[in-house]
Amino acid sequence: MQKAKNTSKIFDPQHAGINKTADSEHRKAFAVREPRKDISLRLKELYEYHELIYFLIWRDLKVRYKQTALGVSWAILQPFMTMVVFTIFFGNLAKMPSEGLPYPVFSFAALLPWQLFANAMTTASNSLVNNRDLITKVYFPRIILPIASIVAGLVDFCIAFVVLVAMIIYYGIIPSAAILVLPLFVLLAMASALAVSMWLSALNVQYRDVRHLIPFMTQIWLFVTPIAYPSSLVPEKWRFIYGLNPMAGVVEGFRWALLGKSNVSWSLVTISSLMVLFLLVGGVLYFRRMERTFADVV
Amino acid sequence: MREIYIKVRGIGKEYRIGERNEYKTIRDSITGFTSRNFKKLISSFDRRPGAGTQYTDSRAEIKPPNNYFWSLKDVSFDVSKGEVVGIIGRNGAGKSTLLKIITGITEPTEGRIDLYGRIASLLEVGTGFHLELTGRENIYLNGAILGMKRQEIDRKFDEIVDFSEILQFIDTPVKYYSSGMRIRLGFSVAAHLEPEILLIDEVLAVGDAAFQKKCLGKLNNVATSEGRTVLFVSHDMAAILSLCHRTILLENGRKVSEGPTDHVVQDYMQLMSATYETPLEERKDREGDSSVMVTSLKIESSEPYAPIRVGDRLNIVIGYKSDNPVRYPRIIIRIRDFRTRVNILRLDSDMRSGLPEILPPSGYITCQTDELYLTPGRCIADLEVRRGMFKADQIEYAGHFDIETKDILGSGKIPSRDQATTLIKYKWQLEED
Repeated sequence: MQKAKNTSKIFDPQHAGINKTADSEHRKAFAVREPRKDISLRLKELYEYHELIYFLIWRDLKVRYKQTALGVSWAILQPFMTMVVFTIFFGNLAKMPSEGLPYPVFSFAALLPWQLFANAMTTASNSLVNNRDLITKVYFPRIILPIASIVAGLVDFCIAFVVLVAMIIYYGIIPSAAILVLPLFVLLAMASALAVSMWLSALNVQYRDVRHLIPFMTQIWLFVTPIAYPSSLVPEKWRFIYGLNPMAGVVEGFRWALLGKSNVSWSLVTISSLMVLFLLVGGVLYFRRMERTFADVV
Repeated sequence: MREIYIKVRGIGKEYRIGERNEYKTIRDSITGFTSRNFKKLISSFDRRPGAGTQYTDSRAEIKPPNNYFWSLKDVSFDVSKGEVVGIIGRNGAGKSTLLKIITGITEPTEGRIDLYGRIASLLEVGTGFHLELTGRENIYLNGAILGMKRQEIDRKFDEIVDFSEILQFIDTPVKYYSSGMRIRLGFSVAAHLEPEILLIDEVLAVGDAAFQKKCLGKLNNVATSEGRTVLFVSHDMAAILSLCHRTILLENGRKVSEGPTDHVVQDYMQLMSATYETPLEERKDREGDSSVMVTSLKIESSEPYAPIRVGDRLNIVIGYKSDNPVRYPRIIIRIRDFRTRVNILRLDSDMRSGLPEILPPSGYITCQTDELYLTPGRCIADLEVRRGMFKADQIEYAGHFDIETKDILGSGKIPSRDQATTLIKYKWQLEED
């Protein structure tokens, strides 16, 4: 406020003549550029750019499997091969309990939301750095880059999901009515990816360490999430801390909704969901604060 | 009574040195502090005895002690509806920063800009082109990135393809395009933008001459017949003079002149030529027996009133004075890179004759060079005057000059000074068996 007063004092005399003739004072500015003090989500602006989000998703999908021999099969191969390895080592050799479900379905149903999360989070966290030329040459709300990467990840998930459905039929599992809330857990997986990538993508602009951190972090994260084992293996007293991992609740909930096991830990799902919400709100605010300097730093 | 479309008030942008074009790792920001201080220590040893203030001043120009500098400061102006306003100034004067702030790419540190219309900016041709995608796909992608609606692109698609003259390759991936074709495609999309305010940065300086002319024509059309408000940054004075009604001159981040284009262009020329005439009489850090004294140095393009651009011939004018006529003079001009201090050229009157055997007691000696193909950036010049066997006068870093970019390779791209020092024109060819 004070600054605005200062500048007008300095510069108005020079332009007094112009200001008098023009009626600009009475019009509402279409856009204003000034140092921002408040941090708002500016969702309306985000909506104005929905076509660009659409085109960025379209670009990601078009390009993803260009010049690959196996093409879209990669979306199935990755989780499927991981499932095979898990089944051999954890299921058959280590005799990991799987809540009475066939181990392949048990692990595959967890690997899908996990891969959705891990891939979306990785591409989204690198999206700002990888689109450096866009950020330095064109204006748009920067947040649409990670958002587009995450939505694009959903397509791979859907393709692999077909395989999961085939497996469910093969093993003769009949889903309960809980399957209706399945989309909610898919959304929660995407929200987790968005929440984490808000932090990591903004940090990545400043510190390229993030790029090296992500693969390593994902690897460890895989094992602190109930994918190869059921969460019931975790002792009750550690359950709360375990739930702070947003993906623990997502994976547990996804498996429950699809395969219908009754002993899902609701406290785990609740804690994880709250954690996602917390990370997401904090992440978006952090992102909005940092995005002002992206173009200068990236 | 014209409506104001862009209202700029007291805009300033402060950068931290090293923040731009560099990215950090956490380790860097930890070690950065120590190494900065270490460098400071080193450079205090590096200062040779007798090195004058001028020498150190010019170093401070790139690394001021406080690590902050204002890329723009107190810039204010208005642009009315339908006006085409040029922005000129030397490299680093703040032109691009100004456009980036108006577009919203980066935020000002202070001040305020009000925009009364839909804005689109063209800071680069073909922003966001994806090499794996076809020309058709890239038209949509690039259009969306520049702010066009999908329907708008659908509607103008044929016109865009027509303008670009690459119809037969429209379904070929862009990676197989020549750079000229990419530029055509990129500009064609941009030329069909229909914002109320259009910002253009130096994009006409690319592509072949014929296409450049076509673009200029299109732009002129857009500005005059369609009444678009345009802010236009360029080094090309001919384009500025032909397109802009009014022009703003920036120097060191400040607005130093504003008004009718021909006046401001005059100011710019004056600024360019004035800067390169360096008086040297006050310099104390010189060696030699002082029987001859170099009094001034001017380095300019052989093109009158124009900045030095890649491939220009240089005129290096050395003023000198002496008590007596100078017998057997020898003049050596050494051109070095500003940052690395590596030698680039040596112009020696012993190696290239033409200097008379006796010089009058005072005067100016001009050394005219051939076309100089150095990468854009700053060079410094050392001078040495010898009289027979004796060193009469020698000044290290007597002056500097900046080489502005020019699209000599026809791709709009040119190596930077970090990548190469000299440039050459070349072509690729495939020998088939």
